[in-house]
Amino acid sequence: MNERARRWLVVGIALLAAMLVTSALIRVAGRAPAQIFRLLLVGTWGNPYGIGQVLFKATPLLFTGLSVALAQRAGLFNVGAEGQITVGAFCAAMCGAALPTGTPALLAVPMCLVAAACGGALIGVVPGWLKARRGAHEVISTIMINFMVRAAMVGLGTLVFERETVHTRAVIPAALLARLSRYFPALHGSAANLAFPLALLLVVAVVWLVSRTRLGFHLRAVGAQPRVASAVGLDVGRTTIVAFALAGAIAGLGGANFVLGYKGYYEDGFSGGVGFVGIAVAVLGGLRPLPLTLAALLFGTLAQGALAVNAICPKEIIDVLQAVLIIAAASASAVLARGPVGSRPLGTRPIGSAAGQP
Amino acid sequence: MSDEAIGCTGVWRRYGELVANRDVSLSVRRGSAHALVGENGAGKSTLMKILYGLERADAGSIRIDGVEVARPSVETAIARGVGMVHQHFMLVPTLTVAENVILGRELRRGPLVDLVRAERELEALAAQHRLTIDPRRLVGELSVGEAQRVEILKVLYRGARTLILDEPTAMLTPPEVEQLIAMLRGLVAGGATVLIVTHKLGEVLALAEEVTILRRGEVVSRRATAGLSAEALGEALVGRALAPLPARTRAGAIDAAGPPRLQLAGVSVVGEGGRCALDGISIELRAGEILGVAGVEGNGQRELAAVAAGLLLPGLGHVEGQVRIDGADVTSLGVAGRHACGLAFVPEDRHEEGLLLDFSLWENFYLGREDAYGPASRIPEARVVADTRQAMTRFDVRPADPAAVARGLSGGNQQKLLLLRELARAPRVLVCAQPTRGVDIGAIVEIHARLLELADEGAAILLISAELDEIFALADRAIVLYRGRVVAEHALGGVAEHAPGEVSPEAARRALRQRIGTAMLGLPSEPRS
Repeated sequence: MNERARRWLVVGIALLAAMLVTSALIRVAGRAPAQIFRLLLVGTWGNPYGIGQVLFKATPLLFTGLSVALAQRAGLFNVGAEGQITVGAFCAAMCGAALPTGTPALLAVPMCLVAAACGGALIGVVPGWLKARRGAHEVISTIMINFMVRAAMVGLGTLVFERETVHTRAVIPAALLARLSRYFPALHGSAANLAFPLALLLVVAVVWLVSRTRLGFHLRAVGAQPRVASAVGLDVGRTTIVAFALAGAIAGLGGANFVLGYKGYYEDGFSGGVGFVGIAVAVLGGLRPLPLTLAALLFGTLAQGALAVNAICPKEIIDVLQAVLIIAAASASAVLARGPVGSRPLGTRPIGSAAGQP
Repeated sequence: MSDEAIGCTGVWRRYGELVANRDVSLSVRRGSAHALVGENGAGKSTLMKILYGLERADAGSIRIDGVEVARPSVETAIARGVGMVHQHFMLVPTLTVAENVILGRELRRGPLVDLVRAERELEALAAQHRLTIDPRRLVGELSVGEAQRVEILKVLYRGARTLILDEPTAMLTPPEVEQLIAMLRGLVAGGATVLIVTHKLGEVLALAEEVTILRRGEVVSRRATAGLSAEALGEALVGRALAPLPARTRAGAIDAAGPPRLQLAGVSVVGEGGRCALDGISIELRAGEILGVAGVEGNGQRELAAVAAGLLLPGLGHVEGQVRIDGADVTSLGVAGRHACGLAFVPEDRHEEGLLLDFSLWENFYLGREDAYGPASRIPEARVVADTRQAMTRFDVRPADPAAVARGLSGGNQQKLLLLRELARAPRVLVCAQPTRGVDIGAIVEIHARLLELADEGAAILLISAELDEIFALADRAIVLYRGRVVAEHALGGVAEHAPGEVSPEAARRALRQRIGTAMLGLPSEPRS
């Protein structure tokens, strides 16, 4: 079975398992699973507004998923996308609010995007530097930094939030990203905006960067076998730092979806855990344009679907569905990676065993 | 009871496209030593694993003591008195010898482990087989040879009468190899059966009564070793006459004038726990010279290679000393900087340090040589692929498909690929560690020829090898490392030609080997004159 077929199988098995478990729970809650699932589908892909909302919810997941998937190629586990997207959004909002009102959109939008990317990169580079120069494990440091960002935002908020609110001053209108409904009127009312096509472009660009350029090659080499990379003269530490800066910038850009595409300002708690769901997106999709996009859409669907079913059953049921999906995907991929039973020795076969490798 | 200790008939084993074992039949007489030889990738290890029950055959049957095993498994094999000593030790370094041996089948006294009785039993067992070892020592403190004794004891302790040994001598020094062979002979004399996998032909002839030769998964020959020469065995192994090594014409080609190509001065490295890994090493290599570094592994070879290659930089932490290439001080330059000065580096472990196993051959060929293709940030894939294909056909790497994945190559082909990449730098200095470890004989010949060619072209080669044969075959001069110091230095180039007095060249060579062997163990040889 090739790698591609294996991935699809993993997702299929995971979805099935998640639906089975959720069905059982829905039954316990005294509802008909079929009805809930139908509602979930109708509320999302059943009408143009629903589709637009799915795209809107999927957009930040695409950014954070891409961020995690990129870092993963460099052998790094970026748990910090949550903090990075928060800082990115904040920087975009501050930049957009600080611009003079007359700034043309062609200047204002890129400036805000650059601010978002820089903010994310700035916070992303910290765990990279700590790992490369001080040996701190990136999982620990990114989790810690997430907490620090949370706390810092509360503190900063008291200084910059509008009186009696938990959001910043609105950005100038020219800095806003157009809603997709402007081009597809059917999507009217949904918050889907130009950040979605921007995310798609970014996915393609990052995949190209990783697979076709020297920098990408070095990221992959360091991610696969750092000792080999250093033995041929690559600077493993610098590559780690660059990888984390890139991952942070990508996640930071995701903040544009909410700030520039939806509300027009930074609001406390806007992210709702998209940094963590991004990890699941990366696990399911990997650094491949189509699977990654589909994975983001899947979780976007669940996020929007949860609201749709909320009327007749607690929306937490969809959280359960998400959780089981992630666990099932992780374990199914581990099982499938081992291959059919008996195709490998049960005993340990250390790397480098010299004799008679098939 | 049958006359056969272990055997199999018609064993097939496929891994996808690859047939590792093709209709293999083997029969090992009880109370005999039998050798299984073959090149890398010939299917030896697979067959061993099938016999021991670690892997299942696709077809065929296995017999132990002449009785067919219905459902082969490791448990059955152990229960029927078959034990396996793996090439890579499976010992817990923080436990004592006795604890390691009884691990998994502890003697109990109530809820407690009866370690005292285990130690007594173990001492008796060791004495019986003349395996000197203290059961109370920590395994982590043992030498490789001693650790291997523990592995053998472990198997014997479990009541094995048939021992399968997978490349048992790969990590041993010459004296340790002799000890091991003597010990195995003792076991056989005591009625045990030994099945040994090796590709060192001398060992086959010294130990085994019978030999089975595998080539590409098939048994090509089975014969008694009596009257067999190493050359005949070698040719049967690779299936063709081996090209003799190119004549060593370089004795005069070493350029004694001018600055040394590679110079290490006063290099010291403090390793883990404050131990001195290298202690004031100074060496010089001239253009065209191959300097062999002999020694038991773990006596500073790794550090020496790392310092020479620029992986361990003086001034950082616990490294001291100076490194010069062609007279220029490169002490503070890292690997990439030294590449620019003409250095290439073949690390000892091709899987951990040499190759990106899950990357294509062309990506491995390109790795670390990006600058040779200009400053553009895009990978010039077509050019690299073409270059890789050309380089590989010249060195006969198989498959010669640049898009193939490195992991799929046999050890010999992986090593050739690694060497190709480093030679593509057109180096003036090559630091080369264990260039033929776990590589089949055909590839060894090619790699050696390539190294000699490089030296002929005027490069200096620092050859670190655990194989004395290799050092004797290639080096002009040899040093012996012991506990981070150079304890002996010998010129090798002229040994064959002028033997002192009436001693024959052969005898002189043997005597020198002996002296280097003793130096490797840190024992004083005859007093220096």
